[in-house]
Amino acid sequence: MTSIDDVQTAAVGVSRRRRAISTGRRGDKIFRGAALGSGVFVLVIMGAIAAFLVWKAIPALQANQGSFLTDTEWRANSDPPRFGIAQLAFGTVMSAFLALLMATPVAIGIALFISFYAPRKLADGLGFIVDLLAAVPSIIYGLWGLHFLVMNSDGVVSFLNTYLGWIPLFAGENVGGQSLFIGSVVLAIMILPIISSISREVFLQVPTPHIEAAQALGATRWETIRLSVLPYGRSGVISAMMLGLGRALGETVAIALVLSTVAGINWHILEPGGNTFAANIVRTFGESGEIGRSALIASGLVLFVITMIVNMAARAIVSRRKEFTE
Amino acid sequence: MSVLTAKTGQAIPETSLGRKLKDRTVLIAVYVAFALAVIPLVSVLYKVISEGVQVISADFLTRSMNGIGGRDAGGGVYHSIVGTLEQVALASAMSIPIAVLTAVYLVEYGQGKRLAKTISFFVDVMTGIPSIVAGLFVLAFWILVLGFEVSGFAGALALGVLMIPTVVRSAEEMLKLVPNELREASYALGVPRWRTVMKVVLPTAFTGIVTGIMLAVARVMGETAPLLLTIWVTKVINFNAFQGAQSSLPTYIWEQASDPNQVAVARAWGAALTLIFIIMVLNIGARLLARRTSIR
Repeated sequence: MTSIDDVQTAAVGVSRRRRAISTGRRGDKIFRGAALGSGVFVLVIMGAIAAFLVWKAIPALQANQGSFLTDTEWRANSDPPRFGIAQLAFGTVMSAFLALLMATPVAIGIALFISFYAPRKLADGLGFIVDLLAAVPSIIYGLWGLHFLVMNSDGVVSFLNTYLGWIPLFAGENVGGQSLFIGSVVLAIMILPIISSISREVFLQVPTPHIEAAQALGATRWETIRLSVLPYGRSGVISAMMLGLGRALGETVAIALVLSTVAGINWHILEPGGNTFAANIVRTFGESGEIGRSALIASGLVLFVITMIVNMAARAIVSRRKEFTE
Repeated sequence: MSVLTAKTGQAIPETSLGRKLKDRTVLIAVYVAFALAVIPLVSVLYKVISEGVQVISADFLTRSMNGIGGRDAGGGVYHSIVGTLEQVALASAMSIPIAVLTAVYLVEYGQGKRLAKTISFFVDVMTGIPSIVAGLFVLAFWILVLGFEVSGFAGALALGVLMIPTVVRSAEEMLKLVPNELREASYALGVPRWRTVMKVVLPTAFTGIVTGIMLAVARVMGETAPLLLTIWVTKVINFNAFQGAQSSLPTYIWEQASDPNQVAVARAWGAALTLIFIIMVLNIGARLLARRTSIR
């Protein structure tokens, strides 16, 4: 409102004294410059992240005596340094996919529950509860995973081992404890709210005529969802899954606390062990020398590239859907 | 359909048992899914509160860990609270102006321009950067290349990188909601564009932007991984964020939780309760503010 006053007083000023008033062009230029500069600065940060990671990763890659892609051991601080990302890549991809597998059905269920099943008055509050899950920091999930879930999950783990042991993933001798499976459960809980809140938004956008048409044909509630809601929301749900996957791939402290360090690739996910890119970085950073740090930066660069590809794919799906619906 | 049935005189066929059964099954599955999500939330909150309450005391909140070993009882989180507040404040001071101005560019100046589309795309990509990568970036850039020592400020830089995209997104959404009529009214009165943005657009979107900022602050407050690489660990109180190692609540929890001693784990729960309390206050405050948002 002050702006109107300003203009009025300015106008009065002009008529009385014919004093030249500011056209605001200079202010406009400065302000526009600041806004543009900030926008460009964001691009510069992204470029700088890639550039500095590559720059600082090169020394270790040159000094590496092993094969960076296929070695399963991480001995970046021994002389000569030998390290490879095979175990880290395995643990990262495995835990993220398991988490996605567990979280997606539950997340879609929650989204459907809040948008179609829950009483209207409750829906907002329930959405808030799910959002609270997202607000809990990852370190607290890690603490809970290590000092509560690991201790109280032996029953479930031995059940899976006994009855589903014929599936190679659930086989193994000394099951239980700080395993990749428990790590994946913690990750699944963490990505649940992301997938469900995006799915919910997509479900809410389903045009009412689609839903009413299904209902008019006598469809039950489930048939309405299957015929009108799920087809419409499919691409949105897929991109939500990929965003969740991106988060699971990059998650650090929770999984670093829950897993125990055992070298080598182990397909028996119920046995203790497992490692991921991010977990390896925070665990070995403390005792790393110059080459060790550089090697960790190299592994971080790989993680950066993987998550970027996953995220870009997710965005591409979303934007294609936008073009399709508008 | 009803017309047809009226002609033939048949009753409308009831929904078959199979379809009813399917509908019921899905209904139950959806309820179970919701319960499955609530269980871990309740379990986490219960565990943090019940374990944390036993530890938290005036002593715990006002003392550092100076001279206290892993096995000793006592000690507190004061040095970590100081660190967290300073780091988050610095990160906010650096990233909020940049983020809000970027949002202003995207909405007010960049409409339809290729540069704006590029920026918007990379803001999206930036949202997905793992926090550990932001930490590695600051490590490579600030500490290894420029040669600065670890400090609370280095941690704030990493947190700032993580804050920018979230604030840009939420501010952008809020600015888009400002009705165009307001801008046009202002232009019609001869008000220059920048004053229109400063005096009309931003004030209208103010509560919404603040809500977004509070949520972003709450999010970075719990970030651990980038801080582990940039602020190091210390047991003593360090008020100077620009020099020397500093503690923070998340790294304190990491440190104490990794220690197998029971007293250390208990301290971790205490710090977790402190952290979650601050974050929940910010979150609930943001939601309450969002309800009062002037734009509908």
